[in-house]
Amino acid sequence: MTVEVIIFGILALIAIAAAALMLLTRNAVHSAIFLVVVMSSLAVLFLGLSAPFIAMVQIAVYAGAIMVLFLFVIMLLGAERIGARDMVSWHIPMAIVLAVAVLLLGGYVLLTNPAVAVVDLPTEQIVQGSAEAIGQSLFSGYLFPFEATSILLLVAMVGAVVLTRKEKKSS
Amino acid sequence: MNDLGTNILIWVIHAVLLTVVLLTAFAYTTLLERKVLGRIQSRYGPNRAGPFGLLQPLADGIKLIFKEELTPAGVDRFTFLLAPVLAAVPAVVVFAVIPMGGKANFFGTDIHLTLAPNLNVGILFVLAITSVSVYGIVLAGWASNSKYSMMGSLRSTAQMISYELAMGLSLVALVVVAGTLDLNAIVDQQKELWFVFLQPVGAVIFMLAALAEVNRAPFDLPEAEQELTAGYHTEYSGMKFALFFMAEYIKMSVIAGLAITFFFGGYREPLPLFITRALPVLSVDNTPWLGPVYFSIKVVVLLFVQIWVRATLPRLRYDQLMRLGWKVMLPITLAWVMVTAFVVLLRS
Repeated sequence: MTVEVIIFGILALIAIAAAALMLLTRNAVHSAIFLVVVMSSLAVLFLGLSAPFIAMVQIAVYAGAIMVLFLFVIMLLGAERIGARDMVSWHIPMAIVLAVAVLLLGGYVLLTNPAVAVVDLPTEQIVQGSAEAIGQSLFSGYLFPFEATSILLLVAMVGAVVLTRKEKKSS
Repeated sequence: MNDLGTNILIWVIHAVLLTVVLLTAFAYTTLLERKVLGRIQSRYGPNRAGPFGLLQPLADGIKLIFKEELTPAGVDRFTFLLAPVLAAVPAVVVFAVIPMGGKANFFGTDIHLTLAPNLNVGILFVLAITSVSVYGIVLAGWASNSKYSMMGSLRSTAQMISYELAMGLSLVALVVVAGTLDLNAIVDQQKELWFVFLQPVGAVIFMLAALAEVNRAPFDLPEAEQELTAGYHTEYSGMKFALFFMAEYIKMSVIAGLAITFFFGGYREPLPLFITRALPVLSVDNTPWLGPVYFSIKVVVLLFVQIWVRATLPRLRYDQLMRLGWKVMLPITLAWVMVTAFVVLLRS
């Protein structure tokens, strides 16, 4: 138990530090790198929660695919350097207000209802983190949402292709 | 607690040993490549440093250490330093899950010859790490502040993303047959029949996609020297360049190791059954330490095949590369997954 707590503490610190650096750095590519660090540490946290499948998917999908896409967009649009004059003046005060609000809300819930903070999962729920269990429930209980999501993604993909296609000029 | 301490010590020693072996293997893969390429092109290859040129990798290493480390003007220093590391680390990390043997007895302690054996998400781990390994190349190209590097890294990223699909799908078909994501279990199932005989299409697609994934010839467009000087590592020199070089050659071993694990019986003996029945000592079930030996032999064979391919085939054009990935390999693999699933369903 103590080893887990130590690992959790280290990872949580890394994740928070990387998240803060992501917000503070001026360079959009650096922000993307720090976001990858945050996602990777979250993946290791999932491993600690006996959810290896989610952990691996977190790395492959978020840290791998989605962030590479982000990087592509940043690099191709040349948006890597945000000048100080581009900052909207009310960004910082607004962010501080929102952050304080979220902290207050979270703190209120944790302090008034300590059971939310520490949950001991029953053993049978822990085993459900395996790939087999997730596959079983995706293709039986959640078959309809699963298929609906895949059709939605397909539609989005076709839409992107149609929107970016250039009309061929009849010469 | 003492037990945990011993285990951690064994893990650390095992990991360090594996890394040292991999680095040595990297050095000698470069020599193997130059020798084989030379022979195929009717040359000798390096033969001056030491007997048969065996000290050539050492000479290369010393040369690279003493090279000047250039940092071109206008580079993004943080990312410029980070990129070679991000390229090299994932290549080494994948080897943690590749099975190299079963349990063996060392000085009275049972030690598993695989660093992370029986990981129940083994294949997903491999796919996750390969999807992260693209960062080294993307960031190298961007940080270098050079158009050749940028073009190389854009090409490389597009190529890796395109071929990841076919590679992942060929593994889906494999998982359908094997019924597990655990690499050691997959190797155990190939005791009598290698999966390459059950999954011939999957094996070919995997090998092709893996070659494209690590940017090896004939898919080496990211560093096509006639067009892009050296692609994403144009601006790198000295040991930083060596790290990219290392990543490429260790990745050759990685795809050889993965192909062996998935399709060619893993660390199991590459011998017909009647020989192991007559001489049970030669089976890894009876002599566990033969596992790494058989594994290494198979890796060398597949490395030779990769070098052979490079020496034989011309480089693809970029549109041909994309057409092959999206219009040929992806549909074939999709159809193959369906066929495999259908057959497995009929047999159960």
